Order: sequence, then C-alpha cells, then structure tokens
Amino acid sequence: MDIKEYIASGILELYVAGSLSEKENQEIYALLLKHPEVLDEVIKIESTIVTLTAAVSPTDTKHLFKAVKEKLGLNKETPVRPLHKPGTNWFSYVGWAAALVVGLGLFWFINENNNLKEQIQTVETDKELLEVTIEKYSNDLTESKQLITFLRDKDIIAVSLAGQAVSPDSYAKVFWDKKTNTVVLDVQGLPEPPQGKVYQVWSLTLNPLTPTSLGTIDDFSSDENKLFTIENANASQAFGITLEPAGGSESPTLEQLYTLGIVEAS
Amino acid sequence: MQLEQLVSKFQDKDEKAFESLYNMYSESMHGVIYNIVRDDTIAQDVMQEVFIKAWHNADSYSSKKGRFFTWLINISRNAAIDKIRSKSFKNSGKNLNSDYFVDIIQDHDSLDDKTDAIGIKNFVGKLKKKCIEVIELLYFKGYTQKEASETLEMPIGTIKTRNRNCINELRLMLEV
Repeated sequence: MDIKEYIASGILELYVAGSLSEKENQEIYALLLKHPEVLDEVIKIESTIVTLTAAVSPTDTKHLFKAVKEKLGLNKETPVRPLHKPGTNWFSYVGWAAALVVGLGLFWFINENNNLKEQIQTVETDKELLEVTIEKYSNDLTESKQLITFLRDKDIIAVSLAGQAVSPDSYAKVFWDKKTNTVVLDVQGLPEPPQGKVYQVWSLTLNPLTPTSLGTIDDFSSDENKLFTIENANASQAFGITLEPAGGSESPTLEQLYTLGIVEAS
Repeated sequence: MQLEQLVSKFQDKDEKAFESLYNMYSESMHGVIYNIVRDDTIAQDVMQEVFIKAWHNADSYSSKKGRFFTWLINISRNAAIDKIRSKSFKNSGKNLNSDYFVDIIQDHDSLDDKTDAIGIKNFVGKLKKKCIEVIELLYFKGYTQKEASETLEMPIGTIKTRNRNCINELRLMLEV
C-alpha cells in the first residue's frame, strides 16, 4: 500500500471525526501500529481539531473538574488519627466497636448506592446506543423502500450485464429510468477491484461503436449494498463495465471489459 | 506520559490520569456541546455529565475502535443532542440560531483571557464557506460521510478530499 497516497486520501481526517465504519476503524488501527507516519498524521489532525473545538468554548472549564470529582464521590478525606489513652477503657472499646459497625454499614450503603448509580448509567448508555441503532435501521429501511419504488416503476428498463472473457463469472445489472435520466447500478456480482484500480461504467451506442463514460465507482469497497446511482442522459444501446487505473480512463480498456449488456429495443 | 498509557490508567480508575485527560479535552467537549445547545451554563452541565459518563463507562472504550478523543466527542454530541430534545430544554424557550461554529468563535469577547482564542479568531475568519460547512457537519455535528454528502449535495468522494484540504488549511494556519 502506498502510505503517502493513503494519507492524502483524507480518510484519516474522517477517522478522527468518527465518521467511518467499525471495520474501517479497525483497519486504520492496524495501520497505526505498523506505520509511525500514519500515527503521526492522525495525532496532528487530532490536535488541530482539539484546538478548533476548544476555541468554540466560551468559558474556562478547568475549575469544573472539582465538581465532576465530587459528583463521582472521588474526594477522599484525610484519615483521622486515633488518640491513645493510657489504661484500658471498656467504654471506649465498645464505643469504637459500635462506630466501626456503623461505619461499615454506612460504607456498604454508599457502595451499594454507587453500584446502583453505575447500573443506571450503563442502562442509559445502552439506551442511547440502541437509539442510534434504531435510527440507522430506519434510515436503511427508507432507502430500501425508495429503491423498491424505483425498481417497480413500469418505465424502468432492466439490463443484465454478463461476464466477459477476463472475468466470466462476473455479472451486473442496470436499471435505467429514461424519464429522470437516472441509472441504478447493481454491482454485487463484481469482484473487489485490486489496489489502484477502479471500475468505470460506459454507455455505448453500437453503430458505430461509441463509448461514453458515465463515471468511475470510487467507493466500491466501502459501499455495503453495492448499489450506485448515476446520471445517464445518453441514448444508450448497451452498458459496459471495465477495470481502469484509479481516476478512470478517456476510453475503455477493452481487454479489461468485465461485463457487458445490450439494451433490448422496446 | 503517552496518551495510550494515560487512557489505560484512566480505565483502571486512576484519578490523576482522569484529571489529565479532563484537562486535555474538557474545553473541546465544552465547545462541541456549546455549539449544539448554545447556552454556557447548560453546556457546562452537559460537559460534566459527559466526563462522569466516560468514567463510569471507561471499559467500553477500546483503542481498536478509534481515538479516545473521538470516543469522547461522540458521547458529547449525543449528550448535547439528547439535551436539546429534552422536555425541560424545549420549555426553556431557548433559541437555537443557525450560526456556524466560526460565528461563535468570532463573537467571543476579544478581551477574553484565553490567549489562544484571539489568534484562532483571525485564522477561522479566513476559512472558506465550503470548509466551514463540511467541518461543522463532520466534527461538530457528527455526520457520517454519507449524511454529509446528502446534506451538501455533493459526491462522497468530494466530501473526503474537500475535508482533507480544509483541515490542511487549518493546520497551516495553526502550524500543526
């Protein structure tokens, strides 16, 4: 992996923001351990964000730590030194014993109270996490519903793209809405592109054969459901997908044609 | 002391480590929360709750999942959002204006005793609008890459490169 290119991609900035998936976070953590220059970059980004966010704070916060400690019950009192008196004093022994019993009881109560408070905190945090999960799923559901509505539209043209010589097992599907000039591309049947390569989508007219690029699929790996929406205002007669160097190519590399499908005349 | 050691001591309930981390990040958390709730006293309360929560749930943090700062900022955003959704907050008639974090920094009194505030004021004033938007969403509001791309109506790849360029500008200004 080219570390410089990786750093320049901007993924570490998103890592510090917390906007990546759990899987991506774990990948970056592994890189941090392996490459000091990646760790160094993350620390610099983080320090920038620490400074920036702190600048928004209208007041000093250092003095509030005392209150935080108090609320957590962390303020330990200095131990009291017992006074030694000469001679045996049964009353004092009984008194100390009673104090000890009361003290232990009190300690137990405080401990129990703290445990309960901690449990409440844990439950609250769990609740927050659940809320986030629910929100995520509800978003996913809305997206799925939108997709179904789109696919069921009677004017949608579905085109199956079959695997070609370089990768006979590959396949893809194109759903084309001519009214809105939108294409939804389902590329679940394509293998992960190798490092430094991207898939590029082409609209083709057949006589004479003229390819027009519809763009590259840059976030193939990070997109979970492998569905991509792209614009297509061309009078396409066929669609093809080729593997190209990152950034895409002017014209398709035909030896790397992965899938191809012809639009049936309606 | 290395950050990793500090965090692991904190997870072992070491009060000194807790205080060090508090001193490193409390102001940032207060800033993020203030940007959401727009009330200094409420923001101070929420910020304290965040550190109490962090202490109680220290075990749930793991460096494999991300940076400690990122973990903390996540708790802060959630707590602040919970606060503005709460009944007591809604009843208080607080007016949440739509200013960006930059406006808050620039509205700070210039006699502020926080020495670095004056310097950064000039810096952020130079940030382009498109940088302000993307930083606000990703760092202050906790949007995912995808959510930011939908809100700003630009491709996901553009969000990533634009954000990188904007943070680089800030780093240049702050000499980080």
